[in-house]
Amino acid sequence: MKRVYVNEEWCLGCRLCEYWCVFSGSGEKRFTFAFDGGAVPPAGIRVEEYGPVRFAVNCRHCDDPLCLKGCISGALSRDGMGAIRIDKTKCVGCHTCIAMCPYGCIVSGGDNKPVKKCQLCAGRNYTPQCVAHCPNNAIVYEEGE
Amino acid sequence: MINYMMPDYEVVRDKELCIKCKVCVRQCANNVHVYDEKRDVLYADSSKCVNCHRCVTLCPARALKIVKTDHCFKPSANYTEDIIKDIYRQADTGGVLLSSMGTPKSYPVYWDKMLVNASQVTNPSIDPLREPMEIKTFLGKKPESIRYREDGSIETEKYPDLELKVPIMFSAMSYGSISGNAHIALARAAEALGTFYNTGEGGLREDLYRYGANTIVQVASGRFGVHPAYLNAGAAIEIKIGQGAKPGIGGHLPGSKIGPEVSRTRMIPVGTDAISPAPHHDIYSIEDLRQLVIGLKEATDYKKPVIVKIAAVHNVAAIASGIARSGADIIAIDGFRGGTGAAPTRIRDNVGIPIELALAAVDTRLREEGIRSAVGLVVGGSVRSSADVVKAIALGADAVYIATPALLAMGCHLCRSCHSGRCNWGIATQDPELVKRLNPDVAAARLVNLVSAWSHEIKEMMGGMGINSIEALRGNRLMLRGVGLTQKELDILGIKHAGE
Amino acid sequence: MDEFEGLAVRTPREGEVRIPSGCAICGYFSRDGRALPASDAVGAMSYMHERSNGLGGGFAGYGIYPDFPDDYAFHVFYDDDRAREETEAILNARFDIVNTERIPTRKMYGIKGAPRIWRYFGKLLPEVMARTELDEEEYVCRLVFHINTDVKGAYVFSSGKNMGVFKGVGYPEDVGEYYRLDEYKGYCWTAHGRYPTNTPGWWGGAHPFNILGYTVVHNGEISSYDANRRFMEQYGYKCTLLTDTEVITYIIDYLHRKRGLTLPDVAKVIAPPFWEQIERMEAGERERLTTLRNMYASLLVTGPFSIILGYPGGMMALNDRLKLRSMVAAEKGDVLYVSSEECAIRSICPDPTRVWSPAGGEPVFAELKKEGVEI
Repeated sequence: MKRVYVNEEWCLGCRLCEYWCVFSGSGEKRFTFAFDGGAVPPAGIRVEEYGPVRFAVNCRHCDDPLCLKGCISGALSRDGMGAIRIDKTKCVGCHTCIAMCPYGCIVSGGDNKPVKKCQLCAGRNYTPQCVAHCPNNAIVYEEGE
Repeated sequence: MINYMMPDYEVVRDKELCIKCKVCVRQCANNVHVYDEKRDVLYADSSKCVNCHRCVTLCPARALKIVKTDHCFKPSANYTEDIIKDIYRQADTGGVLLSSMGTPKSYPVYWDKMLVNASQVTNPSIDPLREPMEIKTFLGKKPESIRYREDGSIETEKYPDLELKVPIMFSAMSYGSISGNAHIALARAAEALGTFYNTGEGGLREDLYRYGANTIVQVASGRFGVHPAYLNAGAAIEIKIGQGAKPGIGGHLPGSKIGPEVSRTRMIPVGTDAISPAPHHDIYSIEDLRQLVIGLKEATDYKKPVIVKIAAVHNVAAIASGIARSGADIIAIDGFRGGTGAAPTRIRDNVGIPIELALAAVDTRLREEGIRSAVGLVVGGSVRSSADVVKAIALGADAVYIATPALLAMGCHLCRSCHSGRCNWGIATQDPELVKRLNPDVAAARLVNLVSAWSHEIKEMMGGMGINSIEALRGNRLMLRGVGLTQKELDILGIKHAGE
Repeated sequence: MDEFEGLAVRTPREGEVRIPSGCAICGYFSRDGRALPASDAVGAMSYMHERSNGLGGGFAGYGIYPDFPDDYAFHVFYDDDRAREETEAILNARFDIVNTERIPTRKMYGIKGAPRIWRYFGKLLPEVMARTELDEEEYVCRLVFHINTDVKGAYVFSSGKNMGVFKGVGYPEDVGEYYRLDEYKGYCWTAHGRYPTNTPGWWGGAHPFNILGYTVVHNGEISSYDANRRFMEQYGYKCTLLTDTEVITYIIDYLHRKRGLTLPDVAKVIAPPFWEQIERMEAGERERLTTLRNMYASLLVTGPFSIILGYPGGMMALNDRLKLRSMVAAEKGDVLYVSSEECAIRSICPDPTRVWSPAGGEPVFAELKKEGVEI
């Protein structure tokens, strides 16, 4: 399946991917509206940084996803494109998936609120916005091994 | 001490739009944008802004713009703001003013005073989508006569030449003045386009030798990075006598840009200034040039064409004629509006002549002397669009060199601050953090797009003129008409006025 | 022109303005060297009347002066007697002129403004050749340039051996009648009717264009004109008429006479195959065409043209490489016909054995069989 891959050689740590991810998931029409209230909501992609080394991390949509196995409410499922999607109406915010994900790619949406994770921008025709807006082609969306 | 220098620009932030993502803070190498954590506010120090648009372009909320300050001096048409500021700057430092890229002064742009012909009724225009439209060009000395062998096949003298799929090459920009990633992008684009890029005088990194078939290696007065393997790595060798933006002076790459990699490539110690002398100290006359040409040909077994690049100066026609007889295969002329990584401001803005006039004068002179076919003729120094290319070829050029458009394609915003070494676009810098910003995959693709787009436009214009082969456009000055030019200018350009 | 010249409104001549024109061309050639009547060409041109507009017509015949086969035959237009005296002084000093005469003409409705038209036959004097470093043809060629540019009111419009050009302002069939071409026969005739977009009144501007034994009739307007002209001027050719035909003739003269290219190769320089065609050829041919195209890049001619080249012992017809101008060829027996329109050919030869439309850039040749010319 097509996945989002990150090439750390070209990651600038500008964090635009995080903001576009938030906007993409917000359903808002205007960029600024997604950030009303000032606080930056957690994103489905996150730039890890240590000295000069930095790269963005997001859900691998694993072939054998542990998060899905651990989900107690059936909120997580794999869709037709292979993306691990979350049904916000079913998620009870138990955070089991967060604990089980070996990559740390599911983040809390707050106590008893649905968790957040990358859904490959399923609502935007599977054009991941982190990829579309990376200024240096450090994030790509392609078939991988 | 009083700071006389007021900011040229103001950074304007729309607070309603700003989401405080701080991309601007992270991306400005000049530290214009600052985030105050305690007050949770973003503010800008406009005095540091060079107007490179990195922050504006990356701001996801489109909350930023840069405006020219309306802070002003008492208006004067004579002592303009620029002149006053330059005087303050020199009174502050006691130094020579430095600038980058082409002159911003309003000298005449003759490209914009020439118009191109099109066919109507008496002969048909040609549709490039339906008919072949040829823009392949050979650059070099042409044999004059052929001999027939017994079997009817032909033989001629063989001169080394360059085969260009498009009549556009990337002109010299050294590794050092631009980043390694910019060089990689130019090399890849040249390969993809079937044309050539030029190393400039900074030598050639060994990992780029594999693009040698599309590389012109330069030999300049500093001889940086010149050795036999380098000379043989490229498809042609260019002797750089002068540069349009700074005729008559050498170059100076500050030690701060000479990191380990640049040091190795240029064959000079890390951190030392790379200073190219004003003249080649082995060329004080035309006969000396001939010796260098022959020397370089000896070093490369007479397999590579030698280009001699000169700045367009007053006596350019006579100089070019001398070069044509020096054994060189190609002459490159660089007009005074051309770019530079760093040049003394006064030289850049006041020395040399426009490329259009230089080209016309050189082509005319070479034809008068019957030696136009003895050399290829390449011009650069502010060729800004496909229309400029068409006009240059109609005036008599075989091909053009472009550099500023190539930089723009890679992301340059012409802030003309290359000499600072803090290029936010990763082009004119050696800072690894900044160099990283130029992904050669992206830059090469954009270069290929640009030249491909120009090629399409060149073909459209050729088709309109009823010409389907670039060689029939070359020197075809009847296809040009001047607008708003004096008779003297028309005479030099060798064209008629519109309406004639 | 006659003594009332001053009453006429003087329109610009070729050389003073560049005038595009459309045209009709026609030519035929007997490979056996049979003497074919010129009247066939005159008749054929009348079938393409609509392709001319009465502002120029002309003919070139080869093998037409069997009495003077080895003498240069100079045909000259004069505006006045002074020009004639000056020119004759130049010619007499260099040639053993054996015959001087007015070219016979007949009064014609539709032909006016004719200059004084003379012809001279003679060989170059040996002492002239002894004192020049040029070969004979180059000497004669330069002398013709000299007269045409430096002698005011004189224009040599034909300068080959055993051949001649007859041209003027008017419809070609009228020009043919005017020159009494019904009295001439030759193994090759080419003809031209002109449709200029402007109104030049000068006989020298009509076609065929000639230099030494080469004549060119041309239909088209080439877009490469200035590129070609500026290249040729490097080699001493002065393009004084600013016409396509003139520059094409010079290109052929330069490549064929001076550079020694075969005419098939000349055709490949003027109208080369496209690079993508060349790249698909076998190695030898690819190298040959690449070399020719590269060497003489500035002699590639673009824009629409069809030309018929006459030369001593041969005729070549050539279309531009996109074939933007009509040109038909036909054969019967030993005769090759070429024309802008098939109707003109059929007026001479109603039942050709083969009729075809030569492809763009593919020259069609006819040359005398080895036995020689029937005299």
